[in-house]
Amino acid sequence: MDATGTVAPSDATAGDEVWVLGAAMTRFGRYPDQDLIDLGAAAANAALADGGVSMADIDVLGAGNLYEAGSGVGQRLQKQIGQTGIPVYNVANACATGATAIRCVYMAIKAGEADMGLAVGFEKMGKMGLLGAKPPSGEAEAFEPSGRYGSVMSVEGRLGTTLMPGVFAQAGMEYAYENGGVGFEQFAKVAEKNHRNSTLNPLAQYRKEFSLDEIMGAPMMAYPNTVLMCCPTGDGGAAVVLVSGERLRSLSDEQQARAVRIGASVMTSDPWTEGDQVQPDVNTLTRQAASRAYEISGVDPSDLDLVELHDCFATAELIHYDNLGLCAPGEAGKFIEEGGPERDGPTPVNVSGGLISKGHPLGATGVANVYEVTTHLRGEAGDRQIPGARVGLTHVIGLGSACCVHVLEKANA
Amino acid sequence: MGRQVPIVDYLVLDDGPPHLVAGRCRGCGALYFDRRNGCARCFGTDFERVPLATEGTVRSFTIVHRAAPGVPVPYASAIVGLDGGGLVKANVVHTPADPEHVGLGMRVRLTTFPAGHDREGTEAVAFGFEPA
Repeated sequence: MDATGTVAPSDATAGDEVWVLGAAMTRFGRYPDQDLIDLGAAAANAALADGGVSMADIDVLGAGNLYEAGSGVGQRLQKQIGQTGIPVYNVANACATGATAIRCVYMAIKAGEADMGLAVGFEKMGKMGLLGAKPPSGEAEAFEPSGRYGSVMSVEGRLGTTLMPGVFAQAGMEYAYENGGVGFEQFAKVAEKNHRNSTLNPLAQYRKEFSLDEIMGAPMMAYPNTVLMCCPTGDGGAAVVLVSGERLRSLSDEQQARAVRIGASVMTSDPWTEGDQVQPDVNTLTRQAASRAYEISGVDPSDLDLVELHDCFATAELIHYDNLGLCAPGEAGKFIEEGGPERDGPTPVNVSGGLISKGHPLGATGVANVYEVTTHLRGEAGDRQIPGARVGLTHVIGLGSACCVHVLEKANA
Repeated sequence: MGRQVPIVDYLVLDDGPPHLVAGRCRGCGALYFDRRNGCARCFGTDFERVPLATEGTVRSFTIVHRAAPGVPVPYASAIVGLDGGGLVKANVVHTPADPEHVGLGMRVRLTTFPAGHDREGTEAVAFGFEPA
């Protein structure tokens, strides 16, 4: 950006650009009386209305869902909101599922196959409790080595933990081992911030502020993550309508004025690292995605007015300050201590309340992040608006791993 | 004593003191504990079996308080960097599972413990790390 805050034109011709035309999400929470398709339809119809278009304008559908993947969720959704014969991409990519659906639409527009597309992320989890916690299998008749490690029984809890709270606790503690100034209290401060932020967001699953003492004194899940430092399970839907720059210019002045440019859309998987062989390395692929997104968009981390990043656990958010270049290398502890990611800090992070408090219906998350940043760039975020926001970044990680980073910019069509 | 089997095939119980073995890529030296189709780093397909050191350093840990049904809590899970190479995840045992007794950078050594029996009486043996 130049000194006036105007975003310079990118190298790509305007016609190659992809914009967010419409965006919406349901409030995240528990919807015992609605099924998955209800949640997706609510989000999709709201995003279409927000963009001032209908299913008749949509050339491609990206449908992101994890727990009913394999059931043709996109087609089931079309049957309720409009069957027009367009291609549907049903995608599942762990917690990056929603962002992957966005990328399907983005790529279709970039490839010139579509002028406008709809990406929907939706999930109905209910109260699932601890993900992946299987009941004991009972006594074996005779031990028989099986699988790629030749194990004779479940190793969970016997050879460490592979469940989420512990995996992300260990990711955070590894950062603490390698860098100073990081401990239980710094991780807890992340959750304190996100719970506080969620009180301003009417779409958040939880909207309750907690003191640092309450957070640190809450029941421990996997040290240093207490239950108030872990995201909940939940239900919800989010959707965005994407449009080519060329098509956008044929739309109304109001549609053009509210449109938000996608400065970069990047996806990575985990490259080989030694640590990745022991448990998913969430750092390297985030660093590579961020670095590529900054390069493509020409945006510097210091330009970012807000960031929505993947705080599935408080320990995760802290290490992503460093992975996304929001703080100096090794100084994520100092960054949170000094209020860097607070609403009034240099780089507000998770002003929505984040996954920790806004909620994390897995397939919806990567779309909801884009909704959140888009809403701020439009100046329509109400009580939680970051004043004058012009550039924002979204980040999600699906463990195993997939990472998506989007840079969004307020610009003129 | 009844028959014993290792809980995983990279734990060796019958060749000197208990220790871990890895498949090392002959092309780039990357270490793996699982059955491989190839090397994820250099794409090579030629591996050799190498014993790993039994001492190392805790690079990360967590104290698990909420676990799957049937898993005793609390317990300490750690990522240990073995001397001379190799990262492995395991429990820290023979010390209380709390952040006062398990710490970053602590020196540990490999030990074994019984993990259960099958109906034929065979004992599965797991490995963990104890303070060195």
